This record gives sequence, structure tokens and C-alpha cells, in this order.
Amino acid sequence: MPIAQLSGSGVTNDTSKSKTFVFQDEGHTLGNSLRCIISSYPEVQFCGYTVPHPAESKMHFRIQMHNGKAIDALKKGLEDLMQVCDVTLEKFNEELHSS
Amino acid sequence: MEVINDESPRVILEEYKVTQNLPNGPTVLNEIFSIKTFKKKFRIVIIRNENHEMEFDMIGIHPFLANTFRRLILSDVPSMAIEKVYISNNTSIIQDEVLAHRLGLIPLKADPRLFDYKEDATAESNENDSLEFELKIKCSYNKEANKKDSSRVEDMYKNNNVYSKHLKWIPVGNQKERFNESDVGPIEPDILIAKMRPGHELDLKLVAVKSSGRDHAKFSPVATAFYRLLPDIKLLRDVEGEAAYRLQSCFSPGVISVRNEKDGKKVAVVNNSRYDTSSRNVYRYEDLKDAVVMTKIQDHFIFTIESVGAMQPDVIFKEAVNILRNKCASLLEELNSTS
Repeated sequence: MPIAQLSGSGVTNDTSKSKTFVFQDEGHTLGNSLRCIISSYPEVQFCGYTVPHPAESKMHFRIQMHNGKAIDALKKGLEDLMQVCDVTLEKFNEELHSS
Repeated sequence: MEVINDESPRVILEEYKVTQNLPNGPTVLNEIFSIKTFKKKFRIVIIRNENHEMEFDMIGIHPFLANTFRRLILSDVPSMAIEKVYISNNTSIIQDEVLAHRLGLIPLKADPRLFDYKEDATAESNENDSLEFELKIKCSYNKEANKKDSSRVEDMYKNNNVYSKHLKWIPVGNQKERFNESDVGPIEPDILIAKMRPGHELDLKLVAVKSSGRDHAKFSPVATAFYRLLPDIKLLRDVEGEAAYRLQSCFSPGVISVRNEKDGKKVAVVNNSRYDTSSRNVYRYEDLKDAVVMTKIQDHFIFTIESVGAMQPDVIFKEAVNILRNKCASLLEELNSTS
């Protein structure tokens, strides 16, 4: 399973405001882009990521909320990043076929 | 400074420091992310796209996005490369492991989209995940009469140089129907692999697989992919005569041009600052340093992709974006399914 969490139980049915998620086989590519999007949300107090050891392909992703659930911010971040990709592809294709 | 107060966030390259100049309103650097404003602000302009090389501008995005795409292209977009070399005979002076490494670095033309990842490195290879090649070559004396007296190596010996064109493709299973030799073999025919003398011989079987640059740099689909910020140079006052030519020589060719005025004066004007290397040579001249402001626009990225040749650069970029998209989609799916 690619996403686990550092402490506590159950990834999604937990209502905790602060959480650290552990992504398997991910690194700075996803970590930094997700961090940049999520940390700009107003309800997020803190968002950061770290790759604790270069030999282990794991990425720790921390979210702390003012209010709401950390897991919701993560979901919203992933959705936004996915839409960013869609928009980029759309604009790139448009430009490619017009020139 | 009046001249650089506009809509875009800028960095100002001063003589001894770099400062930032942010407009009053929100910019991509500090606003709350929303897909609506992203869509409105983001623009792509393709500048050139020829011969495996592409340059395009991405305007109105946060630096993280440009960097993410660069990282994806370099180490997540897959390509095919030789991974295993079975050596039956190698009597040349190049050692087995060095030879195998050299062969691994040869770029192959095969389109990685038509292949699968090999699930297990030790598993038997099949027609969908591997390409096989053979390299059988022997160096000998050249017995042609008219070249007997020559002392040039290419006249004295046959096959003294082993090139990538000597690799022979061995189709596996239905690959013969699916591909042509020219579609899967080395991109360049004249890559020198080894040098030999009479009696030296190579007999190798090579297996190429699909993988990404994260595994080994030989799998990277690009020679390089990089981005830089758009430089913008502004002149604050007129620079005339000899000083104008001196100013011109401080920048890359084509950045500053010298215009002839009606009254015979020669005045420096900014022609095109796009291709400036942002060297700060102007600051060497006391009389010129107050005449220019050198800035870079922080949300304008000039992206360059140099493909190795297996895929066109625009295809590589689209693949990269798709990889990120699919990654997000599968992570989202997992989060939603466990709740």
C-alpha cells in the first residue's frame, strides 16, 4: 500500500487535525508540488514534507490544520494537482496544434 | 523604481545583491492556490520545436510546477536501454564490465510506450518487455592487394573499430511483425564501442528493457531538460557614442543594438533581452552601472527539452504530465477506497 500514516490508527476514518502520511516510492517530485499547493490553503496551519533517508524510498508528509481534517486537505491537494495536469496538457496541446 | 513596477514579480540583479520586487496585488508566488486562477493566468507559448529540441515558455506559474515537470522528464519518463550483456567471447582489450557499461549507454530508438515494464528483473524476458541484440564481430588483416603497403589502420585491418551499427537486432516472438530494425536499434550508427586488432573477437548477446531515469541515468529520455527565468533589461537613460558600443559588448549578442539617430548620434537601445546570459559585466564600468536595471521575471519560465531521439520532446513533456496525473489519481483512489 503506497500511503500509510506514522502514528494512530486508520488512514481516513480518523478525524485528527494533524497527521503525518508516509508515501511509499515517492520523493521530492510529488512531495514538493503537493506541499506548495496544500500550504497555500487558508485552513492549513502547517504543511511540510521530508525524505528521511535517501536509501529508503519513503516520503513523510505532514499536515496540521487550523480546522477540518488533515486527510481532507490531502485529498483536495491531490485533486488540485491532478487538475493542474489536465489544464497543462490541454494548453500544451492547444499550442502544439496551433503552431 | 518606476520602470520595473508592473504586473509581474521580478528579481533585480544588482551589483552586489539580488533583490525582489513584488507588485501590490497577489502573484502566483503568494496567492492561495485555486484551479480557476491557475487556468486564467497560465499560458504556454512554443518558441521552437525541431530536431529533437524544443523550447517553450510557461507563463504565470509557480516555480514548483516548472521544477516538478523538469524532475518528471529527467527521471520518471521511461525509455529503453540495454540492461544485460551475455558475454560468450571477448578477446578485445576492453574489459567485460567496461564493455557492458558502454553498451548500456547507447541510446535506442525503440518507443518505450510500446513496451511493458519488466515485473521482475530475474524473470524470463518476453516479446512485450525486452529487445534482444547480438554483437558478433572479429577483427582480421585486410588482404586486399592494393592496400598492402598502406600503414593506415583502416587499410591494414578489417573491423578494427566496432560501432553501434554492428549491433544486430534479434526479434523475439511476434516482434518481427510489430517492428522494423530501424525502429528499435541504436539512434546513431557511428557510436564507437571498442577498438580491436587482428585476432580480437566479440560475441555478445544484449537485452534491452524499459525503465526510468530514477533506476539509471541511461534510461532518461532526454539529453537534458532545464528551465530559466526570462531576463528583462531596461535602460534608464540614453547611452551614446563609444559608451553605447561598450554597453553592447557587456551583454550577449543581439541583446543591445545601437541605433543611428537623425542628428548623427549613436544611441543604445534594448533589442531583445531573452537570450541574455545575465552576466553582470556592466557593473565593471562606473559610467554605465547607473544606466541599466537587470531583472528576471519570476513567473515566466523558458523551458528547454533536448530529446535523446527515441521520442519527440513534445511527446516526452506530455508523458511527464500524464505520469504525475496518474500518480495523483491512483493515490486519490486509494485514499477514497480505504475510508
